[in-house]
Amino acid sequence: MICTDAPVLIEICDLHARVDDQPILNGVNLTIKAGEIHALMGRNGSGKSTLSKVLAGHPAYSVTQGSVRYCGQDLLTLQPDQRSRIGVFLGFQYPVEIPGVSNLEFLRVSTNARRLEKGQEELDTFAFEDFVQERLGLVQMDPAFLDRSVNEGFSGGEKKRNEILQMALLEPLVAILDETDSGLDIDALRIVSAGVNQLSNAENAILLITHYQRLLDLIKPDYVHVMAAGRIVRSGDKALALELERNGYEWVDQGLKALGTT
Amino acid sequence: MVEAPIKHRSALNNWRDKLLDRLEPPSGPMADLQAIARNQLESLPAPNCSQEDWRFCDLAPIAEIEPRQIFSLIKPAAPVVTNQVTRVVIGADQDPLAGVVLPEGLTLLNETELKQSLGNNSNLATSKGHWPLELNQAIAPRVIGLRVRGKVEETLELVCDAGNNRGVIAVHVLLILEEKSKLELLQVQLSAGANLTSVVVEVQLQKGAQLQHGLLALGHPQSALLAHLSVDQEPTSELCQASVCQGWGVMRHEPHLNQLDGGAHTELRALQLVNSNQLADTHSCVRFNGPEGALDQLHKAVAAGNGRSVFNGVVQVPREAQRTNAAQLSRSLLLSDRARIDTKPELKIVADDVKCAHGATVSRLQQDALFYLQSRGIAPPQAAQLLLRAFCDEVICMLPPAAHAWQPLARLLDAV
Repeated sequence: MICTDAPVLIEICDLHARVDDQPILNGVNLTIKAGEIHALMGRNGSGKSTLSKVLAGHPAYSVTQGSVRYCGQDLLTLQPDQRSRIGVFLGFQYPVEIPGVSNLEFLRVSTNARRLEKGQEELDTFAFEDFVQERLGLVQMDPAFLDRSVNEGFSGGEKKRNEILQMALLEPLVAILDETDSGLDIDALRIVSAGVNQLSNAENAILLITHYQRLLDLIKPDYVHVMAAGRIVRSGDKALALELERNGYEWVDQGLKALGTT
Repeated sequence: MVEAPIKHRSALNNWRDKLLDRLEPPSGPMADLQAIARNQLESLPAPNCSQEDWRFCDLAPIAEIEPRQIFSLIKPAAPVVTNQVTRVVIGADQDPLAGVVLPEGLTLLNETELKQSLGNNSNLATSKGHWPLELNQAIAPRVIGLRVRGKVEETLELVCDAGNNRGVIAVHVLLILEEKSKLELLQVQLSAGANLTSVVVEVQLQKGAQLQHGLLALGHPQSALLAHLSVDQEPTSELCQASVCQGWGVMRHEPHLNQLDGGAHTELRALQLVNSNQLADTHSCVRFNGPEGALDQLHKAVAAGNGRSVFNGVVQVPREAQRTNAAQLSRSLLLSDRARIDTKPELKIVADDVKCAHGATVSRLQQDALFYLQSRGIAPPQAAQLLLRAFCDEVICMLPPAAHAWQPLARLLDAV
């Protein structure tokens, strides 16, 4: 939902980042306002996932230039847990399995961390169970998964549902969903997409990283951006995703070649 | 004139001499065995790092402990006992079983039975001259001998708290589990001061017998623990042992299992935590003396501060032990740059039709897991604690349920 006078939630300016001395991001510019859904597309290795990890504060990536302002404050000076507590959420492409850590306990601790930051009361075990039961319905997740270890033995689809469940519990202002559609069957894709749509509102924003139109058929983006060689090379509306579906990325290669960049 | 060679005497040998000097003369039902062991110990060099078996295990801090026997122990601050548990509190010179109503299926071994059974254990018979065993026998005033017949419904809990006493305490337990009997045993060893606890547990598992044995050993930086478990297993018997040791200045744990004719099942789960300058050493030995035996062993260690953790896991599979199925895994967590882990699987396999798997990992907390937790708002110390708790809980949950009253997980996490 585009609203021109909506507040800016995140503003990325000329962002450069590297991992192991290898530059990955080479000047990303992106502004996301409340209420908007943005889709970020691009070939494998174009820097989409790196951007998501840099925004979440992954320690393996170092920012060499540029800035990211989140709700007016410098996001890059904050630790990953601080970023999460103030409302930045990364839905992982490959959610991590953590044997021995109870999923329910993990969800409760993380939810309470966010609630405290928002000035809300912590939920005790019983209150949290009620809360999580209500949110489980959003992703039609079997409550039995709460009793397991975090993501351990979950199928690809179950892991992604668990990610969206976390989003539902943490109620972030900016949710970055990295290939949330990968590993999902058709029904699961519909369920997860419906969950994301329900969580989307005028106060928050979503950045969807995806390769496929199928997700964008279910979650309608307001803006579509194409990333290549570590920067956003083109932005448009949802028609741009349809064009990519038809024509692929060859035009990107030609454009980069013309600029002398690969 | 030929000069006599200068004999180097280690502090531990001097300590041993002083201890032997100060012991009361042998007395009671164990007097003859005590006398033999004292003679043996007198001529036995104390373990030192030049011996392969003690290479990484320096017992020198024991020499700092007052070389005298502890004669009385205070009653431990133990959790309230439920009606599913029979607690036996081990003092020093009192009979710990006096006044205890043993649950159905448990009976005391009389003096004759004790003498017949003691030392029959195959592991102990081959361990003559082993310093920790001789030390135990030289001091232990009695053997707590129990026979198990049928299924014992209650958990037997043996509690020994050396408290802040200065000196040495020795405990010796002998269990005979008759055919198809079943027992859950929780052994709690505690210390809060400069003392040495020597504990030997001998077990005979007859055909079809089942023993679930938990060892919860929580010490003090100035305390030492020498714990030896020696089990003979007949075919179709099952042993499940879980041990959790933390906090001792020096700790040596020696589970020795012998499947007499193979065909038995042995499950070992161990967790040891070291911090500051502590040392924890587990030297396990499992021997299959017949075919179709099974072993499932997991040894875990957490080393923080300047702590050192040692694991040496011997598995012996001689020619007659065909179709043995053994798996041994050692997993260690290094939480500091100054901590040290030494881990060594030692498989001696002669039989040719066997499955023997082993593996060892030493790592820090998984960075991807830490980041995942942090990305959900969990601060780094809390994230690390969640991961550490998960690492430890895999073994702690294998302790007999009665152990949970002692809150082992909370105590462990507080200490790291």
